[in-house]
Amino acid sequence: MNEHVIQWAGPGLTRVPFEVYTDGPTLQQEQERIFRGATWNYLCLDAELPASGSYRTTFVGDTPVVVVKDDDGEVYAFENRCAHRGALIALEKSGRADSFQCVYHAWSYNRQGDLTGVAFEKGVKGQGGMPTSFCKEEHGPRKLRIATFCGLVFGSFDDDVPPIEDYLGDEICQRIERVLGRPVEVIGRFTQALPNNWKLYVENVKDSYHASLLHLFFTTFELNRLSQKGGVIVDESGGHHVSYSMIDKTTADASYKDQGLRSHTDRYRLKDTTVLEGFPEFDDGVTLQILSVFPGFVLQQIQNCLAVRQVLPKGQDRTELNWTYIGYADDTPAQRTVRLKQLNLVGPAGFISMEDGAVGGFVQRGIAGAHDHQAIIEMGGDTASSSEGRATEASVRGFWKAWRQHMGDAA
Amino acid sequence: MTDLLSLCAFNAAYAHVIDSDALEQWPAFFTEDCRYRITNVENEREGLPAGVVYADSRAMLEDRIAALREANIYERQRYRHILGVPRVERADADGAVASTPFMVARIMATGETMLFASGEYHDRFTVLDGCLLLAERVAVCDSTVTDTLLALPL
Repeated sequence: MNEHVIQWAGPGLTRVPFEVYTDGPTLQQEQERIFRGATWNYLCLDAELPASGSYRTTFVGDTPVVVVKDDDGEVYAFENRCAHRGALIALEKSGRADSFQCVYHAWSYNRQGDLTGVAFEKGVKGQGGMPTSFCKEEHGPRKLRIATFCGLVFGSFDDDVPPIEDYLGDEICQRIERVLGRPVEVIGRFTQALPNNWKLYVENVKDSYHASLLHLFFTTFELNRLSQKGGVIVDESGGHHVSYSMIDKTTADASYKDQGLRSHTDRYRLKDTTVLEGFPEFDDGVTLQILSVFPGFVLQQIQNCLAVRQVLPKGQDRTELNWTYIGYADDTPAQRTVRLKQLNLVGPAGFISMEDGAVGGFVQRGIAGAHDHQAIIEMGGDTASSSEGRATEASVRGFWKAWRQHMGDAA
Repeated sequence: MTDLLSLCAFNAAYAHVIDSDALEQWPAFFTEDCRYRITNVENEREGLPAGVVYADSRAMLEDRIAALREANIYERQRYRHILGVPRVERADADGAVASTPFMVARIMATGETMLFASGEYHDRFTVLDGCLLLAERVAVCDSTVTDTLLALPL
């Protein structure tokens, strides 16, 4: 059978066939070429593995993995799949373990994912057992390469993926360090089940064009306006981005009023403004920084509200979005309260992010029956480079540049 | 005297204002300096304080309703709360401490109904001028997963 090839209109990045969000074979190829390919996938925070034996279970694409800290202080990760029959090795989301044992036939593994024990390997009373030729060292779940950067633990199934600093590039590294340059702790975890393809959410994260148009809460309280100071950084590969802005209260902004857009109203004022009250903690004046790492990691700083997000595909039209809310380990109680209150802005019920949970579904439903049509991604031109303004879709085009590169269909 | 029946009647009225789209009346079930939070069992078990909704005043609840009405974009939807019998830990003339299980179905504009949330309210009630009010309600969801988005309060 011939492999179905999705047709891209021309060599550029400004038209994206809707079929990439609905096509089954594409989903399988993404698993192989992107998630298990030459990428670094966010696994967890180092802060979530505080002690020797601390582990978490998560996913790289749809592949289940175990991430664990061993006695040497190093983090290891391996496929959460028993070498014997393929059952999950670890069933809990997190815990502490000296070793792991599959519940099915009690095959056991050390913290580095080596198969160390096969139940009844020598048989029982001289009967049964494994052939003497069976070599445990030759069997085991696949192991991941691990890279930790600023407390973020990344894993890769690929032996040739570049070192994490090279993968991210200088600018992205600096922007991560800005937020995660000191110890953090988790203050809450929530999962959002999105009714859309994973790429629609990642594009939404990168899309600085929609932010002030879809999210009225943002604009009304002058947290984010296109005419504010700020910009978009797209790395060389296109796959990583930073969108940032700075509040400039002295600049009167009439651009929305002039255009008569929905997202401007004078009527809406908060009764309790403490939800937005923050404290200065970044001396560069950046009040909003949304950063993404290809394929599915997001680091968010909105004022003092900090979170990491992990995007996991769960089928053509389902995506799991894992939010991990964080604070700094040395937060004062007052600072912690500020973060907890500002977290009303984000997450599944967030004043400025709840819409993002729904718009991907609007697209997914809208494009049913339009597999031979395409999205227009031309705001700000046809390049995928950094820019000062934010009325651009450059970082979305960057995503497609990286996606096509990994999928072997470079634009 | 606060008793089981008065808590049941309170909860029935509380659910009714949400389910009948009388959201503007919802904050009036709380004291002025109330606490209201929506979280899940895993965060509670680990002592993690964040919520998907986190309010420490009635004004914040009023703001949330105002945002839902005027700012936020979401598909038209409504809830059906089914509330269990409160498990009363303490009840006296000043108020009560109780936990009440809930199930909330979500009915979308497209016509589908789904089980959206189940869990337990952890409540502190107080009596103010003869009126029973929530000083604190923590909606602890059994599931860690929220489908699509959470717009209306639980």
